[in-house]
Amino acid sequence: MKQQLQHSEAAEVFNRDEARVDWHDETLWFVRQKRDKAAFQIPEWEELREAASQIKNNVLSNMHDYLTEFETKALKNGIKIHWAADAEAHNKIVLDIVNQNASALGAAQLVKSKSMLTEECHLNEFLAKNGVEVIDSDLGERIVQLANEPPSHIVLPCIHWKKSEIGELFYTHLGTPKGCDDPQILTEAARQHLRQTFLTRKVALTGVNFAIAETGEFVVCTNEGNADMGVHLADVHIASMGFEKIIPQKKHLGVFLRLLARSATGQPITTYSSHFKNPRPDQEMHIIIVDNGRSTQLGRPDFRNSLKCIRCAACFNTCPVYRRSGGHSYHTAIAGPIGSILAPNLDMTKNADLPFASTLCGSCSNVCPVKIDIHEQLYKWRQVLVKEGHATVGKQIGMQAMNFTLSNPKLYQAAGKIGRWVLKNTPVVVNNGLNPWFNQRDMPEPPKESFKEWYERIKKEEAA
Amino acid sequence: MKNEKLSSRELILAKIKDNQPELMALPALPSFAIIDSNQKNIDSLAIKAQFAQVLATIGGQVIEIDGYDEIISYVKGTFADASRIVTTISGLSGQLFDDKWIDGNPHDLANVELSIVAAHFGVAENGSVWVTEDLLCQQRVLPFITQNLAIVIDKQNIVPTMHHAYERIAGSDYGFGTFIAGPSKTADIEQSLVLGAHGSRTMTVFLMG
Repeated sequence: MKQQLQHSEAAEVFNRDEARVDWHDETLWFVRQKRDKAAFQIPEWEELREAASQIKNNVLSNMHDYLTEFETKALKNGIKIHWAADAEAHNKIVLDIVNQNASALGAAQLVKSKSMLTEECHLNEFLAKNGVEVIDSDLGERIVQLANEPPSHIVLPCIHWKKSEIGELFYTHLGTPKGCDDPQILTEAARQHLRQTFLTRKVALTGVNFAIAETGEFVVCTNEGNADMGVHLADVHIASMGFEKIIPQKKHLGVFLRLLARSATGQPITTYSSHFKNPRPDQEMHIIIVDNGRSTQLGRPDFRNSLKCIRCAACFNTCPVYRRSGGHSYHTAIAGPIGSILAPNLDMTKNADLPFASTLCGSCSNVCPVKIDIHEQLYKWRQVLVKEGHATVGKQIGMQAMNFTLSNPKLYQAAGKIGRWVLKNTPVVVNNGLNPWFNQRDMPEPPKESFKEWYERIKKEEAA
Repeated sequence: MKNEKLSSRELILAKIKDNQPELMALPALPSFAIIDSNQKNIDSLAIKAQFAQVLATIGGQVIEIDGYDEIISYVKGTFADASRIVTTISGLSGQLFDDKWIDGNPHDLANVELSIVAAHFGVAENGSVWVTEDLLCQQRVLPFITQNLAIVIDKQNIVPTMHHAYERIAGSDYGFGTFIAGPSKTADIEQSLVLGAHGSRTMTVFLMG
């Protein structure tokens, strides 16, 4: 097994190609700008965010009853309900359903639309090990699947890929002409390839965007139509949902569907917002309700709000660190700021670096459609992780030195003076491989004097 | 197996009950989201214009018509070469279009080039239309598998926002329903917008009346 790189180490690798980082940064900023344009067209945008936030607060506080209400209604609608305590249990349930429906002649197969939960559970690897062929049907997910990579973004899975590279990949796997990088032609090739998949798979799996306690129905949103193509042609529909996807009533969809696509890509709504209440007469429908650490997170007062997330990825697109380090640097199914507050709950040791992959600028919290205090939680996770001994040795020594310096005013002033002198006269002392702060960064112009020196000088000059 | 399932359900629910915070009240929706269904002061001309404009920006088009004959002549002109056109609208079926598919296997719809179906209503703020399976003769896959999609709605049936939409469908029952907003699309390759990802390549809404 490959040694997992820390976020900062992986980001260093990503930053070796400066032109590519700039391109990645600008592409995501373009998506962020589209979000702004869409949001500014809705005068009641802020009220919508507040309503969404309060509805989700209510959901968190009444989770038990909403889930049992949803279960009762869904069962009555003819949907089968499964409960999975963790990723392993979820994957096992999917495998059992696939195997029960595998034809006697053909291999066990599954077509899957986008589901970050199945990424979190590493479902594809598990099914592959158990002889099930899985095909991801979202174009971006298919691209990263062909490349044997995880998605780098929850809404735009192959945002880190250039079209020429996708052309090369499709030339190898789908037989497109060598050197063709026209998005129209490449998308058409994927359409033809996946249409055959949709028409031949007996079992289709989707995620769940919203599950409605009041009616037992669930909603799946896509732009491509791949979720619908998969499930309406399959004999079996499996929908995997983290339990936090529940909302109280159907009318609340009015709030969430107005926010979701505008926050994600700047569209007024996704092309398809499909409401599933019961299976077709000749079809089986299963919902797997997954915990996998969510109930633990629900019990952490400082961090439970992270469960309000509706997976729009607005926080990714706005994050200066995400845009310049790429999704894979986060080594977790959900990258970006929201991923960095979700991941430590799943594994503090493995993910201790992620809350530090932030400038705490707060832009994530400002764009979040359900008002999660993301940057505050990043800060709070840092306290928890350091207290529980998960900080790296370098970070611990640095913090101790910082603590010592900041507690001694005389030392602090001297250090500032020395620092400014060093930056100006011998920048190599700090701008070298030993100081991670100067990796991938240009040197700032050092100020001539500190604020204290400036203030004292001005006072003297005024007195004179 | 049965017991195992039961116990993981019980375990998860018990832990949730222990860990969920003290009840926070479900908020009343803000005033703009509370719709009086008798509300008469909607500017229907402005709503219609907004619907058409938004649908155009997401890759669809609106055609205003007075009767079904205009749909037929449009289809004859634009889809002259289409080998298979289906409709679920009784005023159109039998005249021109294949309706022998209704009880068939959904896979048999794979070669449909144009589907003409009715929708309950449109939503001005996002250019979507609300379609339920009863309007599709229970063939849920039809509006997705078809190469081109045409929707017919009465021009009185356009609501301003999604709040109005959910007010309107609050009491309705359906096994499957979907908001469709324009042709299927993707921008997964370098953010270049391509229409016709997996679902229909085009979407035309005929506004009737």
